[in-house]
Amino acid sequence: MRIALFITCVNDIAYPQTGIAVTRILERLGHTVDFPTAQTCCGQMHANTGYRAEALPMVHNYVEVFDRYDAIVTPSGSCTAMVRDQYPHLHPAAASVAARTYELSELLVDVLGVTDVGAEFAERVTYHPTCHGLRMLRLGDKPLALLRQVRGIQLVELGDPEECCGFGGTFALKNPDVSTAMLTDKCRRVLDTGASVLAAADNSCLAHIGGGLGRGRSGVRVMHYAEILASTGASA
Amino acid sequence: MSQRATPPHGGGRIIAPLPFPTAARPEVADPQLRANLRRATRTIRGKRQRVVEEVPDWAALRDAGAAIKADVQRRLPELLERFEAAATAAGAHVHWARDAAEACRIVVELSHAAGATEVVKVKSMATQEIELNEALAEAGITAYETDLAELIVQLGDDTPSHILVPAIHYNRTQIREIFRRRMADAPPELSDEPRDLAEAARMHLRRRFLSAKVAVSGANFAVADTGTLVVVESEGNGRMCLTLPQTLISVVGIEKLVPSFADLEVFLQLLPRSSTGERMNPYTSVWTGVTPGDGPQEVHIVLVDNGRSAVLADPVGRQALSCIRCSACLNVCPVYERAGGHAYGSVYPGPIGAILSPQLTGVEANASLPYASTLCGACYDVCPVKINIPEVLIHLRQQAPHPVAERAAMRSLSWIMRNPRRYAAALRAARLGTGPLGASRQRRTGARTLRWLPWPGSAWTQSRDAPLPAPQTFREWWEKR
Repeated sequence: MRIALFITCVNDIAYPQTGIAVTRILERLGHTVDFPTAQTCCGQMHANTGYRAEALPMVHNYVEVFDRYDAIVTPSGSCTAMVRDQYPHLHPAAASVAARTYELSELLVDVLGVTDVGAEFAERVTYHPTCHGLRMLRLGDKPLALLRQVRGIQLVELGDPEECCGFGGTFALKNPDVSTAMLTDKCRRVLDTGASVLAAADNSCLAHIGGGLGRGRSGVRVMHYAEILASTGASA
Repeated sequence: MSQRATPPHGGGRIIAPLPFPTAARPEVADPQLRANLRRATRTIRGKRQRVVEEVPDWAALRDAGAAIKADVQRRLPELLERFEAAATAAGAHVHWARDAAEACRIVVELSHAAGATEVVKVKSMATQEIELNEALAEAGITAYETDLAELIVQLGDDTPSHILVPAIHYNRTQIREIFRRRMADAPPELSDEPRDLAEAARMHLRRRFLSAKVAVSGANFAVADTGTLVVVESEGNGRMCLTLPQTLISVVGIEKLVPSFADLEVFLQLLPRSSTGERMNPYTSVWTGVTPGDGPQEVHIVLVDNGRSAVLADPVGRQALSCIRCSACLNVCPVYERAGGHAYGSVYPGPIGAILSPQLTGVEANASLPYASTLCGACYDVCPVKINIPEVLIHLRQQAPHPVAERAAMRSLSWIMRNPRRYAAALRAARLGTGPLGASRQRRTGARTLRWLPWPGSAWTQSRDAPLPAPQTFREWWEKR
């Protein structure tokens, strides 16, 4: 199966290791991954902050670049939700490519039918289900189903998992006090688990929680769960 | 070419005096408030979830509730006239109020005509919205709130901070202090046991019920076919007001209609489970005009627009008019739980307030409210009439006035990101430009993050380290592999 990777702008610039992980997982499973270099950003920040007109050129670019692929995979719940939920309202021909755009766990579990991707990762990990993955994509148990098959992993449950971390894109900048209050509670929940790694399906949310955990010198690492799935124990 | 007239916006206690982030700051820093809100919202949230999960056809009930309300919005003028005809035929007097000021004027005139110097009030959002108590006071009429929580708020010279639980920001010790200070007939040895507090309020209110000539209420539902009004409550104080005084004045938002009596079957299941987390609320009062010799003999209904027609004119935003004021969205909202209701500056706080207040007043008058959400979607999941609150928030953000610097930044980013070549060049430039800094931070702190950024990044770094670009972008890795 020929699969296109939509890396997302945040991952391209700041978290390339997540895209490398997605590529390695899929290639390990025998699939060919393509990275169309004409891709840019999905336009979520613009659309969600009230700049729909400014988001539209990105929407058009996405449809043009990805329309020829059978499946498009994205290591981001919120960018997938942007494409799937909002694109059909923003572009007349986006419905079909939107339906073929999958968050990584959807592609692995629903389309490819695998939960064991041959990973090994011997750390204590807790998982935060990010809001758009949880409530817009309804990812449910899929990322956890994948993580449970990882050899050596010690998965611990996060308290109040469904509660937002307070990131919300530009919300964190526009409402820094409320955002920080939410972040503090989320960090507390993470620390309560005693995990050394916090995993999630969105590096933007992880930049927020990880930024708080780092500020508190908590010693907890944040990782996109794709990086755990790509890990084979040989090298970190 | 004809131009459609835009219906006027509303006024009253729906215009936030301060931007949400400013108003939220001291609330977030108040430990007592945070503890009270956390405890109360989590308790109600848990109760709601338990009684919703036990209903096998909850999804179908929500669909029905949403469909009935959408139908009402499609033919509101027709249904309003039908309601007026039916209520009038049953002996009620129907009044039409364009805005808050006109609604207050009508209630004041009716109270004067009844010779009242005091009125007893049933808990009502509409009368809070139009600031009726203040208008009555100006006309020399004292309004007594009889809902326990509204009474607490009124005695405390405060404003409600929650739709269902107006005094949610107080704990019982704080309530005892308000009673001791402001309730003349409160027993001096009053404890902070809920039972004792309720008993003190009961004794305090009983005399008001017996002496008042006029009661003022809102309505949860107004049935178009029959001219019937419905009030749903827990304490029975509403029932006292609705049955004892000679004159009853009900202030009703025009969106409160349901087409037929049978439609109540849907909402009387959705509302109590979503709001108090009860299978059924203790008191449901249903009345149609005047019943000779029983209950109020002078029945008035004031139908209030106050910006609702303007909301109705927006095909995306009008779903906010489906709201049945259950406040389930407040109780699950992580922003509400930390900021509290007063930060929203309107009688309608929380997620529903963030989409309703700006639409009633026009977005310019409440420009910060559509941004008072992370778009986490918890509100949409619990809404009993399926109002897609995140969708409306995003819609209103299109209409909100944008700060000049933000607009310039967004436009430049869009110009870069719409073009693959410019985008790739910008990524490379950002990576190269921050490379030495990132390497130095990595060496010195073990992480490629910054602990301080200038404005506007300072809003981020006040509590979080900020990530720097990676030493190699993904596309650079891809090209080299």
